[in-house]
Amino acid sequence: MHMAATPHKVSATGGAGSGSSTIVETLAEFARRRKSFWVVVSLATLFTAWEIAGRVPISFAFPTFLETLAALIEMALDGTLLPAYAITFQPLVIGVAVSAVLGIGLGIAMGLSDKAEWLLAPVFIVLQAAPMAALVPLVTFVYGIGLVAKTLAVIMLALPVIVLNSYKAVRHVNPSLVDMCRSFQGTRLQQISKIIIPDATPVLFAGLRLGIAAGFIGVMLAELLITPTGIGDLITYHRSIANYAHMYAAVASIIAVSTITLAALQYIEVRFLRPEKRRK
Amino acid sequence: MANPMPARAADQSGTATSDAIVEVRDICKRYGDIEALRGINLEFERGKLTTLLGPSGCGKTTLLKIIAGLVPATSGQIRINGKVVTGPGPERAFVFQDFALMPWATVLRNVGFGLELKGVPQAERHRIAKHYIGEVGLSGFEEKYPHELSGGMRQRVGIARAFSVNADVLLLDEPFSAVDEQNRRKFQEDLLQLVEKERKTFLFVTHSIEEAVYVSDRIVLLSPRPGRVSQIIEPNIDRSAAPDVIRRDKGYLDVVEEIWQGLRQYAE
Repeated sequence: MHMAATPHKVSATGGAGSGSSTIVETLAEFARRRKSFWVVVSLATLFTAWEIAGRVPISFAFPTFLETLAALIEMALDGTLLPAYAITFQPLVIGVAVSAVLGIGLGIAMGLSDKAEWLLAPVFIVLQAAPMAALVPLVTFVYGIGLVAKTLAVIMLALPVIVLNSYKAVRHVNPSLVDMCRSFQGTRLQQISKIIIPDATPVLFAGLRLGIAAGFIGVMLAELLITPTGIGDLITYHRSIANYAHMYAAVASIIAVSTITLAALQYIEVRFLRPEKRRK
Repeated sequence: MANPMPARAADQSGTATSDAIVEVRDICKRYGDIEALRGINLEFERGKLTTLLGPSGCGKTTLLKIIAGLVPATSGQIRINGKVVTGPGPERAFVFQDFALMPWATVLRNVGFGLELKGVPQAERHRIAKHYIGEVGLSGFEEKYPHELSGGMRQRVGIARAFSVNADVLLLDEPFSAVDEQNRRKFQEDLLQLVEKERKTFLFVTHSIEEAVYVSDRIVLLSPRPGRVSQIIEPNIDRSAAPDVIRRDKGYLDVVEEIWQGLRQYAE
């Protein structure tokens, strides 16, 4: 605290205009320019709170942040983490891919046609409201404990969100743009490909992000409720041998992977599909 | 200077002059129980700027959209160049109140969009689009996106897009209502120059009396609930004069006053 106060005083008395930048000024300038500064501050606060909570400790089963980080590095180096992800990603990637293609397709069809809406909307509204975790055991009865059952669990969680968002995206397309396309004698196909889908893109992608987040929930439910495999196996195994730092490391890593996946999707959207967003 | 005529002339649909490019015959429009338009008969002369003016709820925008083919009429006919039309066509181009620009496309692509839909090759449509971007005074803004432009500039893009498809009739739906007052005046002056230069037929919807009198060869006053033609006025203003001279002209002010007297009964 004392160290930080000293350069601040210097800058207040003689720093202005002289061009000599102190640590505080540099930091303030950096914070103003880059949003990432606040991201780092936010994460640092969270991890510090975690570390303090672990050291109190609030529970004997709650490791500190540094212990968890050490366990994560250990698992990454001894070759348990990557193979676990390879297994977890199989149902996740297949399930999310199927949900994305099917969900966006069905959602757009529902947005474009009243008949498709009447036929499909009630089903997906019920599915979205249903507590899917309760249905996962049913899937096991029918499809066993293999990849199919786990993929289905992912689809059950991801698909309704993607369908309903895609449907809303198409329904909320600016009607004036559609009129514009009609007034210049655009065909129905041109209307869909050049106006409706581009204008729906932001909401389509918002739905896709929610769907992928739901897919991560689905794959973890599957790996914890059906049979422990992949990351679910790591969590279950380390819990059973009271190896809490490793258990938390597995949990934290799946949260991190999920977050990074969603951020990457947003980047791809802005970078390739929303050219007007790139310019401030 | 002003030469207001009673509405009677408009109701005699039989007196079709050979030079009417747009003919409106017995157009009625109902939205459920609400009668929006009743028995509209109008003719729009080639090369003239006609304004549809009236209080809100008089159906002026509905009538323009029926002429554009964007809204179906409940009964009646629209004829363009003597042919009955039921949908949008290449002889008409529409300018939207809210601009209707694609936010993901540059000014260049927005202006060329009408041509893009018709399958005009890229080089050709860029050439035409650039020409009209220059005409509306937006040269240098080709690669900008709509959100980088002011309201007035966005509507210039909308007008350039309508010009690009080389339609005979331009339908403008309250094009300046989302533009601030100073820019609106400049815009009206520029529009008159474009009307002079492009020799097209303009149908213009507005709720501003001054705007209507300033830009129009002919003003169709509509009365509300249900929308009917109540009066047709030909301002006969000498447009060769400077804009500020026109705005202080006695004839101009008289027509504005006369229209106001006709409309004040509908004001709340």
